[in-house]
Amino acid sequence: MSPAARVTARGWGWRHGDRPRPAVAGLDLDLVPGERTLLLGASGAGKSTLLAGLAGVLGDAEDGDRSGELLVDGLDPAAARGRVGLVLQDPDGQTVLARVGDEVAFGCENLGLPREEIWRRVGEALAAVGLDVPLDHPTSELSGGQKQRLAIASVLAMRPGLLLLDEPTANLDPEGVAEVRDAVGRLVAARETTLVVVEHRVETWVDLVDRVVVLEPGGGVRADGTPDAVLGERGAELAAAGIWVPGHHPVVPRGERPDAAPELLHGSRLAVGRRRFGERTPRVAASGLDVVVRAGRTTAVLGPNGAGKSTLGLTLAGLLAPVSGEVTALPELAAGLGAAPLRWRSRELVARIGTIFQDPEHQFLRGTVREELEVGPRALGRPASEIVASRDRLAERLRLTALLDANPFTLSGGEKRRLSVAAVLATAPRVLVADEPSFGQDALTWAELVRLLDELVSRGTALVTVTHDLELVDALADDRLVLTGSTEREAVR
Amino acid sequence: MSLVVPEIRRSWVAGVNPLAKLVVALLVGVTLVLSIDVVSAGVVVAVVVLLLPFAGLSARQLALRTAPILVSAVLAGIATALYGVDAGSVLLRLGPVTVTEGSLVLAAAILLRVLAVGVPAVLLFATTDPTDLADALAQLARLPARFVLGALAALRLVGLLLEDWEALGLARRARGVADRGRIRRFLVQAGTLLVFAVRRGGKLATAMEARGFGGTRRRSWARRSVLRVRDVVFMVVGAAVVAGAVAAALLLGTWRWVL
Repeated sequence: MSPAARVTARGWGWRHGDRPRPAVAGLDLDLVPGERTLLLGASGAGKSTLLAGLAGVLGDAEDGDRSGELLVDGLDPAAARGRVGLVLQDPDGQTVLARVGDEVAFGCENLGLPREEIWRRVGEALAAVGLDVPLDHPTSELSGGQKQRLAIASVLAMRPGLLLLDEPTANLDPEGVAEVRDAVGRLVAARETTLVVVEHRVETWVDLVDRVVVLEPGGGVRADGTPDAVLGERGAELAAAGIWVPGHHPVVPRGERPDAAPELLHGSRLAVGRRRFGERTPRVAASGLDVVVRAGRTTAVLGPNGAGKSTLGLTLAGLLAPVSGEVTALPELAAGLGAAPLRWRSRELVARIGTIFQDPEHQFLRGTVREELEVGPRALGRPASEIVASRDRLAERLRLTALLDANPFTLSGGEKRRLSVAAVLATAPRVLVADEPSFGQDALTWAELVRLLDELVSRGTALVTVTHDLELVDALADDRLVLTGSTEREAVR
Repeated sequence: MSLVVPEIRRSWVAGVNPLAKLVVALLVGVTLVLSIDVVSAGVVVAVVVLLLPFAGLSARQLALRTAPILVSAVLAGIATALYGVDAGSVLLRLGPVTVTEGSLVLAAAILLRVLAVGVPAVLLFATTDPTDLADALAQLARLPARFVLGALAALRLVGLLLEDWEALGLARRARGVADRGRIRRFLVQAGTLLVFAVRRGGKLATAMEARGFGGTRRRSWARRSVLRVRDVVFMVVGAAVVAGAVAAALLLGTWRWVL
């Protein structure tokens, strides 16, 4: 095993080519070999930029401006490839090859290792992360937690002295989170690898790290020390800056629910699924579902990755045809239209059922945040004054006012999420189907978002939310629908 | 993702090195475009039909994959019969359209030729794992690793982009803008998909780079791609079949240079 790496930053900074201000500036930091660090910071504090810098993938002078010095074992990270392993958030975006064994071998091939050595390391790395599948198993058929463990095994096989994890569990269900955490825990137990983890949810990692470093937006380090020292003594201060500090999570009091909760939408004996490209029949993701969506109530759809939660959401939203069973809009919602939302015209749908997609980028239609917020009301032919008023109110509420002229695609992950929520709320639909509405939020924006959703429900909107965020569920849910991943389901009232 | 990343069944043909299959398919294609005649194409088609049972494809897979070739072969044949150069006795006359003995023979030659070039290409891809093809191209044909592995990684993105396309369409309906301007909407959505393709490609490239791809170090290969006896036999037999087809056409006097 190669010895753990040392990291040294001296006045280091980086400004992305297309941004006016640096993402990181004036950073001084020393990580000793074998140290395990949790890197925190509010949205936009430059955590991911620092990891990319350490991995040597920020690019050259064409891609941005560098200042100061950032060294891994005394070397420029770009020259220390193979010493540093980086695992990213999106499990699908970083898989290169079609078979599990080949994927793990890829990095070793790039290091030019002999064939026998590569396959020995592949076996070891897969065992280390506890991924027990055949070497020719298709990478596309792994669960989210398995994909992330594969990604970790793939860098582990290169025997890096420094392991960098950039929100490795953000897309995973609780089971997947535990899988990844435990695998990393085993890896760093021997202190032969230096570890840096970036993650919003501090609880996942706090027992595993020696040190917590909090980056200050705009540059430098805001807090640095043992988890107890940083999170214990300065917890309240950090929480006020938006960091998810255990014991200081935001509490959003639940608004009064309306007494009358008329039924708006029924799903009866539903089987939901999608037809994949080139296949004749849809694959059923979940079946035997009975759902009642009521005004002024929140239904949380829960369950592991791949259980069909998002597919159920899209089906209830009148976007996907159910494989069997029926989605019926009651007259209160249909307001003169037929009972099947799937048959409604696009403009009729947007006035009645709003959908917040899992990936916010899929729903962006315009070049600026301002126009994006006007799309729905314009499609409905609302008067100009009303369009402007709703736009400004929502932007203010979700902290988007300063970004009105920005291109939606250039926003941070958390900002994109808030914009996608605001854009859907602009048409004030009676039913709101929201897939992971709280994704990527810091503690402050999370609280604001939850407060807004709670107000809507209290004023009579029906909310169906698909989520892994159990605090969101605690804050909002009246009914819970748990999909188990097989075709069974339990409904809990 | 059955069509995008095909499931390869074990079979004799699937076991042949992809490079050997590629060489034979190219040899067939290049040779057969030199002439238009029934004999040379007919010989190749006959041999390919004999090979089909060893390709390990189910009847359904075979029908699905060869359907485009069959349809285009028949269409090309019909068009040639109706509009091709006339010769010999007239069999049918419908206004400006005449079908003669000569144009029928030509039609048969065209039909067989499309099959003889198309079906081997379909067999090549239906029995070849893209990863194995990439290994063969890089290690045996010595194509640059950057190019070959880049293309291979891009193939993985196709599945993700298909999902993006579906989601983009649903989102447009959900946002209230999917009622009018079907053609314009399609074009705009295609543009958005292009943006997604570039971004996904960029992210994947970063992930590959972070794992040492594209560095200065000489790359090694975890899977060895070698030409075994069977592969050489396959190429020799393939070349012999092509040569035999040409020889038969020349002997029977049916060979007709295209140029």
